[in-house]
Amino acid sequence: MAIFLTKDSKVIVQGMTGSEGMKHTQRMLASGTQIVGGVNPRKAGTEVEFPGDVTVPVFGSVAEAMAETGADVSVLFVPPAFTKSAVIEAVDAGMPLAVIITEGVPVADTAEFFAYAQSKGTRLIGPNCPGLITPGQSNVGITPATITGPGKIGLVSKSGTLTYQMLFELREIGFSTAVGIGGDPIVGTTHIDCLEAFENDPDTAAIVMIGEIGGDAEERAAAYIKEHVTKPVVGYVAGFEAPEGKTMGHAGAIVSGSAGTAQAKKEALEAAGVKVGKTPSETAQLMRDILG
Amino acid sequence: MDLYEYQARDVFEKHGVPVLPGIVASTPDEAKAAAEQLGGGVVVVKAQVKTGGRGKAGGVKLARSPEEAEAAAQAILGMDIKGHTVHKVMVAAGAAIAEEFYFSVLLDRAERRYLAMCSYEGGMEIEELAVERPEALAKVAIDPLEGIDKAKAMEIVAAASFPQELHSKVADVIVRLWHVYKNEDATLVEVNPLVRTEDDEIIALDGKVTLDENAEFRHEDHAALEDKAAADPLEAKAKHMNLNYVKLDGSVGIIGNGAGLVMSTLDVVAYAGEQFGGVKPANFLDIGGGASAEVMANGLDVILHDPQVKSVFVNVFGGITSCVAVADGIVGALQTLGDEASKPLVVRLDGNAVEEGRAILAAANHPLVTIEETMDGAAAKAAELAAAAA
Repeated sequence: MAIFLTKDSKVIVQGMTGSEGMKHTQRMLASGTQIVGGVNPRKAGTEVEFPGDVTVPVFGSVAEAMAETGADVSVLFVPPAFTKSAVIEAVDAGMPLAVIITEGVPVADTAEFFAYAQSKGTRLIGPNCPGLITPGQSNVGITPATITGPGKIGLVSKSGTLTYQMLFELREIGFSTAVGIGGDPIVGTTHIDCLEAFENDPDTAAIVMIGEIGGDAEERAAAYIKEHVTKPVVGYVAGFEAPEGKTMGHAGAIVSGSAGTAQAKKEALEAAGVKVGKTPSETAQLMRDILG
Repeated sequence: MDLYEYQARDVFEKHGVPVLPGIVASTPDEAKAAAEQLGGGVVVVKAQVKTGGRGKAGGVKLARSPEEAEAAAQAILGMDIKGHTVHKVMVAAGAAIAEEFYFSVLLDRAERRYLAMCSYEGGMEIEELAVERPEALAKVAIDPLEGIDKAKAMEIVAAASFPQELHSKVADVIVRLWHVYKNEDATLVEVNPLVRTEDDEIIALDGKVTLDENAEFRHEDHAALEDKAAADPLEAKAKHMNLNYVKLDGSVGIIGNGAGLVMSTLDVVAYAGEQFGGVKPANFLDIGGGASAEVMANGLDVILHDPQVKSVFVNVFGGITSCVAVADGIVGALQTLGDEASKPLVVRLDGNAVEEGRAILAAANHPLVTIEETMDGAAAKAAELAAAAA
């Protein structure tokens, strides 16, 4: 069953005809994703050929693409300056799920399109995220699909490369779905949203939650786990060595005064009964101990 | 990016927020000239540092004449306030203050909207007020799609228990502060104190503004607000090369791909370093997704020129990034640097094209390079090498 994404998901790519869009559409196709269309008003009516004799039609709008193909997921490879209007277009078309890969979106734009999406019922994942993968079924975004396989672990993470690291370390057990929620101060889908979905997903037996400095999403997730999650959760938090007041790569990864520290997040998770690893490898081992 | 107070003052003025005249000065002479330009009367000389508590540290002085302003600047310039050296002061016109208030609007990450905070009781640290008298600090959620209009601003001042006769006047200033927040793509606009003068004017006396660096593409003027002189020289060099770099205090240089993995690498090195007398990471450097050999080489160039670095740990999980590009970058950079490269490198590669990447490094067989299979093993090796070189 997995969460948010299955083999039946029909995916369109906003920004498919750009260089990043082309590259990643090809990779998504190679990992089995049903890509049913691209969107570009200037190239509407054309088709793009991909290796393996795959042809993907280009539509003039998200609404048209949905009407023609029944698409229920959109993935966005759109530059930051145009991301807001692209998301709003997807929301207006009634797209159930929009996955925003773009890094560098102004947070005011995200605040606005998130509020808009929420009022219209579109789930957003990202921005500034690797997307999500249900191994063996579908892969939306930029996760390298070949490093892991299907299985019963659910994973939610702010970080792309830490997601890859964990997918790789635990490839023998495998994953139901892995969601990269993104490293921006505001993201469309939170740790809590994923925890809730994994808790309700019969294919998921245990959950890995990866967090990092900044904000209090991990503390909130810890409180949620304590109240609502019965499946075992192991955690990892990055950024113990991060100095106060410096942005560590991700726009949202910043310790402000005494708020947002890795230590506070680790303590909150442990207080909720989550086993927290000191390194990614140790975290993977904690999961092996549970499911081994 | 945090602005200095004088920059915040200028941005406020641009959006019609009432502020007092103020002139920035870098020398006592300039401070004296500024005081003269402001009329030669009473001025306040204020240290320009991006941290709080400057008043308590002696960084704010009243001056009754241009000569006193000169002396005050002499005393304040060069002062260390919580690790920040004062390079500039602002000479501001004096004001007869009747009352002090507080206002801020900021990003509320958890609720994914904005939050306005306002208090009729100003003049103290807001963190203290929030703890000691939370009922005196009004918190009003702001819908990003609606913002703060006059009606919303009236709601905020009422919630903050301002007396009726001040509502409209303060609300007008709050609407203008919202314009600063919205139109400059700020993530924080704070005024502490917002004051009522004895002439019944509402003035933003001290402002703090944080701008969203992701929005720089639509604010060409924001680049000029960056304090290039204050930046660490290695950070400046890295920024020039478009590298995501933060200087730290330790001795193991770190290069990796992806913010989360690099943060994790710092932690794993510090953890392994406990076995070697407390070895710590020297920097954060994220070469990003899909990095080329050139980006990798640039990263090494920055790190190998850090005199504090004793060993380097290259930690890459190839998702989009190919381990071939990383290996080529390492080999190329070591060739270019020649004898200048004298620090040991520990390399851990995994993921995309890992076998090919490791093969390139093995073939190059550079005496400075050690290949490790795991992240934890590589961190221990890098820490050990740094400790041995210290």
